Amino acid sequence: MLDNVWLIPLFPLIGFLINGLFGKKIKNEAVIGGIGTLMIFLSFLVSCGILMQLVGMPPEQRVFEKVMFPWIHAGSFKADMAFLVDPLSAVMLMVVTGVGSLIHLYSIGYMHGEEGFYRFFAYLNLFCMSMLLLVLGANMLVMFIGWEGVGLCSYLLIGYYFEKKSAGDAAKKAFVMNRVGDFGFLLGLFVLFWWFGSNHNIWTINFVEIKAASHLLPYGGVVTLATLCFFVGATGKSAQIPLFTWLPDAMEGPTPVSALIHAATMVTAGVYMIARMSFVFIKAPETMMVVAVVGALTAIFAATIGTAQNDIKRVLAYSTVSQLGFMFLAMGVGAFGAGIFHLMTHAFFKACLFLGSGSVIHAMHHALHKGHLHDDAQDMRNMGGLRKALPITFITFLVSTIAIAGIPGFSGFFSKDEILWQAFANPYHGSLNILLWGIGCIAACFTAFYMFRLVFMTFFGECRINPKVKEYLHESPLVITIPLMVLGFLAFVGGFIGMPKLLGMLPNYFEHWLDPVFELANEYGKQYAHSGAHHSHALEFGLMAFSVVVALIGISIAYTMYMANKSLPEKFTSAFPGLYKVVYNKWYVDEIYDFLFVNPCKSFGNLLWKGFDVVIVDGVVNGTAKLVMAFSAGLKGLQSGYVHNYAMGMAIGVVTIIAVYVFR
Amino acid sequence: MNQIPILTLLLFLPLVGALLLLALERREGMARVVALCIGLLETVLACSAWFCQCNLPVANAPKGFFLFEDLPWIEALGIRYTIGMDGISLLLVILTALVTVIAMLTSWRSITERVSLHYLLLLAMESGIMGVFLSLDLFLFYLFWELMLIPMFFLIFIWGHGRNIYSAVKFFLYTLIGSLLMLLAIIGIYLIHGSQSGIYSFGLSAILGTQFTSATGLWLYAAFLLAFAVKFPIVPLHTWLPDAHTDAPTAGSVILAGLLLKTGAYGLIRFGYPLFPEAARTLTPLLIVLAVTGIIYASWIAFAQKDMKRLVAYSSVGHMGFVALGIAVWTPVALSGAVLQMVNHGLTTTALFALVGMLDERTHSRQIEDYGGLWGKVPLLSAFFVLFAMASAGLPGLNNFVGEFLILAGSFKVAHIATILAFIGVILPLVYTVRLIQEVIFQEERRPLTLSDLTLREISILAALAIGDLYIGLHPAPLLEILKTPVALLTGGSP
Repeated sequence: MLDNVWLIPLFPLIGFLINGLFGKKIKNEAVIGGIGTLMIFLSFLVSCGILMQLVGMPPEQRVFEKVMFPWIHAGSFKADMAFLVDPLSAVMLMVVTGVGSLIHLYSIGYMHGEEGFYRFFAYLNLFCMSMLLLVLGANMLVMFIGWEGVGLCSYLLIGYYFEKKSAGDAAKKAFVMNRVGDFGFLLGLFVLFWWFGSNHNIWTINFVEIKAASHLLPYGGVVTLATLCFFVGATGKSAQIPLFTWLPDAMEGPTPVSALIHAATMVTAGVYMIARMSFVFIKAPETMMVVAVVGALTAIFAATIGTAQNDIKRVLAYSTVSQLGFMFLAMGVGAFGAGIFHLMTHAFFKACLFLGSGSVIHAMHHALHKGHLHDDAQDMRNMGGLRKALPITFITFLVSTIAIAGIPGFSGFFSKDEILWQAFANPYHGSLNILLWGIGCIAACFTAFYMFRLVFMTFFGECRINPKVKEYLHESPLVITIPLMVLGFLAFVGGFIGMPKLLGMLPNYFEHWLDPVFELANEYGKQYAHSGAHHSHALEFGLMAFSVVVALIGISIAYTMYMANKSLPEKFTSAFPGLYKVVYNKWYVDEIYDFLFVNPCKSFGNLLWKGFDVVIVDGVVNGTAKLVMAFSAGLKGLQSGYVHNYAMGMAIGVVTIIAVYVFR
Repeated sequence: MNQIPILTLLLFLPLVGALLLLALERREGMARVVALCIGLLETVLACSAWFCQCNLPVANAPKGFFLFEDLPWIEALGIRYTIGMDGISLLLVILTALVTVIAMLTSWRSITERVSLHYLLLLAMESGIMGVFLSLDLFLFYLFWELMLIPMFFLIFIWGHGRNIYSAVKFFLYTLIGSLLMLLAIIGIYLIHGSQSGIYSFGLSAILGTQFTSATGLWLYAAFLLAFAVKFPIVPLHTWLPDAHTDAPTAGSVILAGLLLKTGAYGLIRFGYPLFPEAARTLTPLLIVLAVTGIIYASWIAFAQKDMKRLVAYSSVGHMGFVALGIAVWTPVALSGAVLQMVNHGLTTTALFALVGMLDERTHSRQIEDYGGLWGKVPLLSAFFVLFAMASAGLPGLNNFVGEFLILAGSFKVAHIATILAFIGVILPLVYTVRLIQEVIFQEERRPLTLSDLTLREISILAALAIGDLYIGLHPAPLLEILKTPVALLTGGSP
């Protein structure tokens, strides 16, 4: 099975080609959706086979590389088209193909009747292929194909409703911000490549080879530089500060896209990349600190914004940004396994939440459409009391909400608690650890608050939808609810495979599984870890209990404000109008970026063209030509003013040349 | 040595074709078909050269050249008919043949006046460009260099639109001044080499080892550089290009962007650096600065354009800046990337100009603001548009990425800051292409336009280029393998 790993990205590619080339002619939705879903499901089956085979091997042998063909070979540079299978990529494969299959299935129902049905499935398959390339890439450059490929698909899918200007703008923003980050990725690659090449004559960008040579890397210095560059790439893809503003806008895309790309898979690519290169990152203590701090700050920053949004998908979007922050926090404190664990559980519950919100929107939209109303189908202020009309959606949604809030027994609890514990206990950042843990706890409290606020506003209370259309509200079809049920189930039990040893019921399978991948990183980490304080089990128990209490506080505040005493939110906003406005407007980050970067870039382009290229550069040329003509016409050109241009051009030229020589 | 003089055939087949067209002046339909047949035959011939690589080593030929023909011509002056093909010229010759065929196909319907003359000029130009890529004798090189200039001038002059006369004259003067300087330098080299060795020759391999005093070398190199920089074009010598492109007919733009710009880069690789290694090294920082400035500057201006053709033209300047950077740093990785990028740029920009031409033919507008919502109306055209726009923006898996990546990777070691700045040139193209897609392909239509989707002829043009783009993007290894030997020979083998 391992040898057939190339089948995994191939199936979605076939699906893309069939639907992309012939989808328009096929027309039949069942066939198109069936092909798309089947292809990713086949990838899922192959992934299962690979997982089984890996399980059957001794832990230290669970690394397999498959070279397909030479890709870019030039001079000392060598990159093959090659795939890498190890426990880490196996986990990601399962998440991508598993959750991917469910979301494909869901989309058959959700996208029913859309004009570009075939286009949607073609893009979705293309996305899966890119994501699988990203996961399977055996070297940085194959990973980079996937890395940019998912960016392209995300662009196409956010802009799926291409006639809507806002959708196009959001798509553009997402793509460009991603590209800004990608520049960091490539730069990091260059730094590592040339450092290994010129210092040790090792010319490679292959992960396994770099791992084997990683003992040669120094602590800090060039490694800090390279890893910081990589981290810039990660912030772009995974929507961390400062490159996070594209993700909430990306909600313009259809909801299955938000679930698959902007929650479960693509946005976790940055986390995956750091995990993949853990043995490099850990050698840069400064970078680790930056990663942890950025992660923690993003977690709390996005959580605050999430508390004030009224669009159901936007709340979930900020929640995703915040949860990604948790994963980066995990990476930054050296809790690689915990970060990947949270990545997985998050994929379950957040995909379920997004799909659930899609089911709600679907029902709302349907009802409003029947009543010929134009109310916003995504605004929670128009919802309320939907639990009766949408029972399955409600239950799965509630389970996932409990999971993300961190209530014991549900998946999110295990993973988030593991991160918080390691943020507290891991010995890399000294006293900063406690601060990181504190921020994490507050963010967790906010998480519980805004998620339950969402649930209360949507599913509880009186129904605020226009009474005229209330009767049209009904549960979504099975093709939509089955994926919800499966994901809801996983959101519930998915955490047990990574149950902390402390609770003693199950061994922590997940951690053991990833051990061979992160062993080396932990080894390197020991070099600068603060030895000393051994944390007792009692402390761990205490902190665990504390994080539960924190979650409960969040929930009870939400209950008080949105169930028990509904005038409270109003009072709160009128008491602190400024604060509310700032948070509601997302701290004005978009406006600040527009002011600082976007607008100046636009005007500078115009200035360069009209002010410089046409007037000065071209003016010099035309001036010269006219000057010559003028000379031949009897020297009257001397008064024409072109001489002025010419002299100016000369002066600029001379200054440029001198400047080049002085500063080179 | 091969019995069939493939190179001579490559050089003269188009010229013979052009003569044939003279006879067909009144029969326009026939002229088209004949020209296309010649173009296709030339393509087959160019591709067959691929299989001659196993010839190595060829007797008397310089190292790395697997096809070589050398005959005395004007012996009194030491001018010989020396032509040869190595990996670099092979790729460019194939590109030339392919792009010429595509230019012919783009003119198929849009050129209705003086059709025979149009195709005649295209064929004559093909000969000239082939000659530039194959000549190993400076005099011969200069001859072909001028030969390709004249047909282009007439193409813009006769079939252009807008301010075509202004643009044609501007193009002509710009390149003429550059090439006259080069002619002076060629004569200079000829005299210096003759007085040193007693053998008066224009042959590249004969002159190669000539020693110049550093001042003379610098001046001679500067003259070459200027001629090449105009063609390249390197900022600030680029202003002829947006005008020429905008006002030229589609075939003119296609050949201009796809092929003529490459001659400057090729000249620098084949003659500039090898003849004046010392002077080239002295001016490397200048070239790097100009290249990076060009990348950022042109991309930024492209961002502000309203005319699609002008936008593609400026983007072209930006992409060629990468080629200039790759040549300037002169490392094997970067140089392979630069040559590959020449091919990539040839394919992708050709496709974009062809697409803009197709839109122009349908609606008689190139203004971005006139379009919108094409995705819903002409899905096939839009899909190709997105594909090539993405290739141009350097998406991995498509061809431009491979070239740009290698150039950046190769130059990073030599010039950190320049490479980091050049990255802006990777981000900006995405910004303007995405904007272009957003305004033209997405959104709702702004003006009611009746459009028909692609015809079979147009599909074959775009499909051929798309296959090229995907092939180089996914499997560039064979091409890079071909470039390995010549690049190693040129750079002397540092990493």
